[in-house]
Amino acid sequence: MSVKDLAYLALADGTLFPGRPLGACGRRTGEAVFNTSMTGYQEILTDPSYCRQIVIMTAPQIGNTGLNDEDDESERIWAAGFVVRRASLSVSSWRATGSLHDGLAAQNIVGITDVDTRSLVRHLREGGAQHGAIVSDGGGAEEALALARSAPDINRMDLVGEVSCAAPYAWTAAADAAWYPGVALPAVSGAAGPHVVVYDFGVKRNTLRLLVSRGCRVTVVPARTTAEAALALGPDGVLLSNGPGDPATLGDIVTEIGRLLGRVPVFGICLGHQLLGTALGGRTYKLKFGHRGGNQPVKGPEPHVAISSQNHGYALDGADLAPDVAVTHLSLNDGSVEGIRSESRRCFSVQYHPEAAPGPHDAAGLFDTFVATVVGGATSEL
Amino acid sequence: MPSTAGRPFHSILIIGSGPIIIGQACEFDYSGAQACKALRREGYRVILVNSNPATIMTDPELADVTYIEPLTVEILEKIIARERPDALLPTVGGQTGLNLAMALAAAGVLERYGVRMLGASIAAIEVAESREHFRQAMLSAGIPVPQGRTVSAVDEALAFAAEIGYPVLVRPSFTMGGSGGGIAHDAAGLRAVAEGGLRASPMGQVLIEQSVLGWKEYELEVMRDGAGNFVVVCSIENLDAMGVHTGDSITVAPAMTLTDREYQRLRDLARQVMDVVGIQTGGSNVQFAVDPATGRPLVIEMNPRVSRSSALASKATGFPIAKIAALVAVGRNLDEIPNDITRQTPASFEPSLDYVVVKIPRFAFEKFRGVDPTLGPQMKSVGEVMAIGDTFAAALNKALRGLEIGLDGFGPRPGRAPWDRAEGLDAAIPLLEMPLPPFAPLPDRLQAVAEALAAGATEADVAAASSYDPWFVAELAALIDLQRRLAGQGLDTLSEELLREAKQAGLSDRQIGRLCGGNAEAEAAVRELRKALGIRPVFRRVDTCAAEFEAFTPYLYSAYVPPAWRAGNDAAPEADRSPLDQDEAQPGRRSKVMVLGGGPNRIGQGIEFDYCCVHACQALSALGHETIMVNCNPETVSTDYDTADRLYFEPLTVEDVLAICDLEQPDGVLVQFGGQTPLNLARALEAAGVPIWGTSPETIDLAEDRERFGALLRRLDIPQPEAGIAHTLAEAEGIAARIGYPVLVRPSYVLGGRAMAIVFGQGDLDGYLREAAAAAPGKPILVDAYLEDAVEVDVDALCDGERVVIGGVMQHIEEAGVHSGDSAMVLPPYRTSAYHLGVIRDYTEQIGLALGVRGLMNVQYAVKDDVVHVLEVNPRCSRTAPFISKATGLPLARVAAEIAAGRSLAQIGVLAEPVVDGFFVKEAVLPFDKMPGASVELGPEMRSTGEVMGHASHFGHAFAKAALAAGQALPTSGTVLLTVNDFDKGAAAKIARDLHKAGFSLMATAGTADWLERVGLPVARINKVSEGSPHVADAIAGGQVQLVISTPLGRTAFADGQAIRRAAVAHRVLLLTTLSAAMASVTGIRALQAKELTVRSLQEHYRLSGGR
Repeated sequence: MSVKDLAYLALADGTLFPGRPLGACGRRTGEAVFNTSMTGYQEILTDPSYCRQIVIMTAPQIGNTGLNDEDDESERIWAAGFVVRRASLSVSSWRATGSLHDGLAAQNIVGITDVDTRSLVRHLREGGAQHGAIVSDGGGAEEALALARSAPDINRMDLVGEVSCAAPYAWTAAADAAWYPGVALPAVSGAAGPHVVVYDFGVKRNTLRLLVSRGCRVTVVPARTTAEAALALGPDGVLLSNGPGDPATLGDIVTEIGRLLGRVPVFGICLGHQLLGTALGGRTYKLKFGHRGGNQPVKGPEPHVAISSQNHGYALDGADLAPDVAVTHLSLNDGSVEGIRSESRRCFSVQYHPEAAPGPHDAAGLFDTFVATVVGGATSEL
Repeated sequence: MPSTAGRPFHSILIIGSGPIIIGQACEFDYSGAQACKALRREGYRVILVNSNPATIMTDPELADVTYIEPLTVEILEKIIARERPDALLPTVGGQTGLNLAMALAAAGVLERYGVRMLGASIAAIEVAESREHFRQAMLSAGIPVPQGRTVSAVDEALAFAAEIGYPVLVRPSFTMGGSGGGIAHDAAGLRAVAEGGLRASPMGQVLIEQSVLGWKEYELEVMRDGAGNFVVVCSIENLDAMGVHTGDSITVAPAMTLTDREYQRLRDLARQVMDVVGIQTGGSNVQFAVDPATGRPLVIEMNPRVSRSSALASKATGFPIAKIAALVAVGRNLDEIPNDITRQTPASFEPSLDYVVVKIPRFAFEKFRGVDPTLGPQMKSVGEVMAIGDTFAAALNKALRGLEIGLDGFGPRPGRAPWDRAEGLDAAIPLLEMPLPPFAPLPDRLQAVAEALAAGATEADVAAASSYDPWFVAELAALIDLQRRLAGQGLDTLSEELLREAKQAGLSDRQIGRLCGGNAEAEAAVRELRKALGIRPVFRRVDTCAAEFEAFTPYLYSAYVPPAWRAGNDAAPEADRSPLDQDEAQPGRRSKVMVLGGGPNRIGQGIEFDYCCVHACQALSALGHETIMVNCNPETVSTDYDTADRLYFEPLTVEDVLAICDLEQPDGVLVQFGGQTPLNLARALEAAGVPIWGTSPETIDLAEDRERFGALLRRLDIPQPEAGIAHTLAEAEGIAARIGYPVLVRPSYVLGGRAMAIVFGQGDLDGYLREAAAAAPGKPILVDAYLEDAVEVDVDALCDGERVVIGGVMQHIEEAGVHSGDSAMVLPPYRTSAYHLGVIRDYTEQIGLALGVRGLMNVQYAVKDDVVHVLEVNPRCSRTAPFISKATGLPLARVAAEIAAGRSLAQIGVLAEPVVDGFFVKEAVLPFDKMPGASVELGPEMRSTGEVMGHASHFGHAFAKAALAAGQALPTSGTVLLTVNDFDKGAAAKIARDLHKAGFSLMATAGTADWLERVGLPVARINKVSEGSPHVADAIAGGQVQLVISTPLGRTAFADGQAIRRAAVAHRVLLLTTLSAAMASVTGIRALQAKELTVRSLQEHYRLSGGR
């Protein structure tokens, strides 16, 4: 193995994993997080919630189906780095347009393969989330370690500002019904349906598509759109999207959300849920290593448990929520809050991802609930 | 234990799957045992019925009431009438359990006794099981299925095929085993197949179906509870595309070549299928075909029950499907059931795998001459191996070496790679046929693929010719490329880097030794080199959650992984750095004993040995040892993560076992419980310093070495058949001439009587020797006197070095010459004199003490002309140990394990041979219905896959029960067809007279008829097949015959005899090919005529007989 073939992943606590370069050669730092989804690496890479994070996949063989034109969840890859046990030697999928390696390289994303990802994940599970660095430009282990130790804390950065759109735009594409067998989606009539304004904290395309598929007219607005400006668009409902970073740093956005409440139905997803919860009096805290994967069981008022797609490092503490706010969903793995609702203020939110992409479709019905709320003005059927 | 008060039902009947047959193996012992344990823990009274004594589920501790009785509606009704269960769980006993539950419902038994069905309703099972119902249900719900139409004329078939395009499948309605069906690639082919199919169908109907041959094949193992919670436990991708039965396919978990969208679409469809079929609770398996060109999925079928695939999925994920299915069937919800492995999280989740699992089937075509080994829609494999690796390549290599068919891993077979040539790597690569012709779906297709890749075929060509997904082909090609690089190295030039790469790719030391050291014996040198370089595997836990949560269950697999380091101190980070602990095994400090399992099921080595391994674990655990199980068979109870304290799911090779020993440093290793597989490792393990407990490898060798063993018997003055060892044809002829024909010949060092035959004259010897040389090249041939008309007796005995205690003495029903595994046996002997039994007991004691056996041993005797001969001694657990243990209540394997752990028989309190109350008959079950074209007479080569037990106070009833349980119900009236060879005619006359007295009409071919008439018996004459219709085969096909007694003569198999026997098998008419079996059957028939069968539970039996 020549030096050029060597790459390192270093963690801030000094743990070091050698591997081989994947994608662009270079140096990157970020918060090291792991995802246990067995499929959906393309969606994960392009999910803005992973902005500046080094994503570790637990599934050992990644890249098998290459990359395709349909599965991007945003216009680019947001993950700062990508860590896999074994990157695929080949691409096999009828939809593929290129390989993972080429896709990473084209977007200048630094990856590393041939890493003992299981030991890495166990280490993060025991030691908690921390920052790390990938060095794949021929630099040595010490350089990687030094870089990891000096990595800037991404959770103090304005990541939402980084990923959010610059200006409002209309979204019109619907989900392709072929991927949702057994779901009767209404004929798309976006122009006539309810108008949903989506706060883009790092929104995934599938959220927008599923709204359009349910007949919604969708306008996406930048994260720092004021409540007045949003209401001026005449929305029938507002969706607070997922996104990266520490919700506690987004007090200004929380204030604006507070101004929306009671005036228009609001639905929050992931970061949107944390921000809504904060606006409703709650506080957020950092999880030891987060929930990231497609197999997370969530128990709510629905008759059955949803196997949900999740991706969050922070969670909402239910203790200080206003009295009119009910905790509706809990994680069956650790009991953390997964959903809240206030009937009086016509808002609800979930910590997990009903849009899936990647992940099971169990919670897609929440979009129907939202649309029903928007149309009917009640959340009682939750 | 929780009370069931307030619940709607309190006692539950569980139906097992009966004998091991092709397509239904010990996975249902695993699932049934899990269900029993789970339901009893919930407080239910569990009533279990299974005809197979070699199962853990029929251990009397597992259920409240255990019936080892035939699985028929009549018998089940008797049991239901006695036990009055409130409910029936039909979904854990395979297809047998499900079918029987349906039959009980159809017969009104369930209604009559107020028994409710749990898990799946009758209506739902009907939809899932009927092709047409299922199709219609799917279509009406808009779920895509292959296009199909039922037609009753060839023109209709042609028109429909033109509509959907070729190829098409033709499936006749209401015929058995797919007969009359086939695949048509064009109109001419369809005309032919459809005509045949329409003729074969009693309804004159065939289903013409779109063929999805070559499409990608997937299975989802799903689970659902009464609240509607739905989870996918595991996705499985078949390496072999659609067209090969999934049981015969190499399969991989999780699915490797699906994007998330495609996977979630299958998940949504699976959920819909559950809804549409109406499965309220439990595990199901949904199979899909996916068009590789468009990704379009079709639902092929669903199984509304725990299945072979779900056992695999349970082992692959750590999610115990059968246990959870049982719990949700009694009303628990998934979110109320804790995940045993993480303890913190509930069962309402989907396992995430951070490793890859590969399953490979094992076949036995070499035992069934004349059977087409082409794989297709009917399953033919007899066992399977599973391997867990951190990549597909590593798992595949492990699985291949765990298969025990002489492969060291993936690659060309020895001598078939370009680098095997003496000229070296520069030699011309063998010419490839271009374009590459399709690889036939044969058991060795993977090896053929390896050889094509090694010869330079492109990945694209190989993918097209094999129908393997290109992703898999690329992974395989990388392994070939690695081997090519290794082959260029010698052990002295092999770099650490390349060696690490090879080990991470899963290559065995043996394979590397062959590539770099010139031969497989260089394995040891590779191992030394590797260890010197610090290249060792780490062990990881199967944890259901990809390390997200801590795993409390030491269910482990090995992996060679890239290194990782902990921080050094700031001053000297480089120097002070230490390796990160990547190993999760955390070996304990208690005294520990390792039990080596039997690997994949095969004919001759199956569930019986797994049963012994499980019992060994139980016994050692009770003695306070920590138990460590090593095995690679996913179907078994031994590989359940709660059988031993620690489970290593690893191949049984010297390398893999030594790696575990290096880590665990066991105080003792037991090699005597898992059949021949661990015995084969004993010497090498001992040489490596591993402490072998129990009977020593030296003793094992002594018993297996013919010359040394012969010398021992001569010293003890114990007779054995005259014998000799031949290395050439001339030597063999000389020995045979000295002993006198017929002789029994076989290669040395083979299992299950492989290539064993009886040779009647010099003419046959030459042909046989050529075959034997192929089965075991280079091995000498053993030539033994064949003791004609001898009675064989099997003895299982315990020995602690000081004392021998007989466990049981069994007499074979079939005469000597039929392999002991294929012969029916009765315990106690019903026709052996007390004198001979005394001699047998005496010999057994002498042999046990002389050999120094410490544990269990099995001795086979043949009694002929008042002389007791020793045929062979196996100083290990035997195939019959579970049968005897069930019959007597003395758990032989457990006692053997205790002896191995150093306890004496006196300490254990086992001092006398148990008294047997009544008669216990073990009957073998043969797979001829699944092996069309095989000759069906019994011989010295074992071919049975399973066994059943019948017990009763009288021999006749016990025999009749065993026959019934084996699917060979004795008729009590009708016509018997006799066609026997000249040697048998005298004895046949007596049997005919008995049957005549019992009210049967006699029918016979000319020779036999002459003989019967001569002794004054009325007999109807019938033509031989060669004499033209109407002949014997017509009579059998026409239902005029209820019993066939047809004895062959040696290897001179007359075409007529073959035709009769095949007709009997095809039309399910009871066929007896030995007169000894016929005599026993007559006894059984008379018993049935005198008194109907009764049932008795094991617990009741032990209570009444004072056993246990």
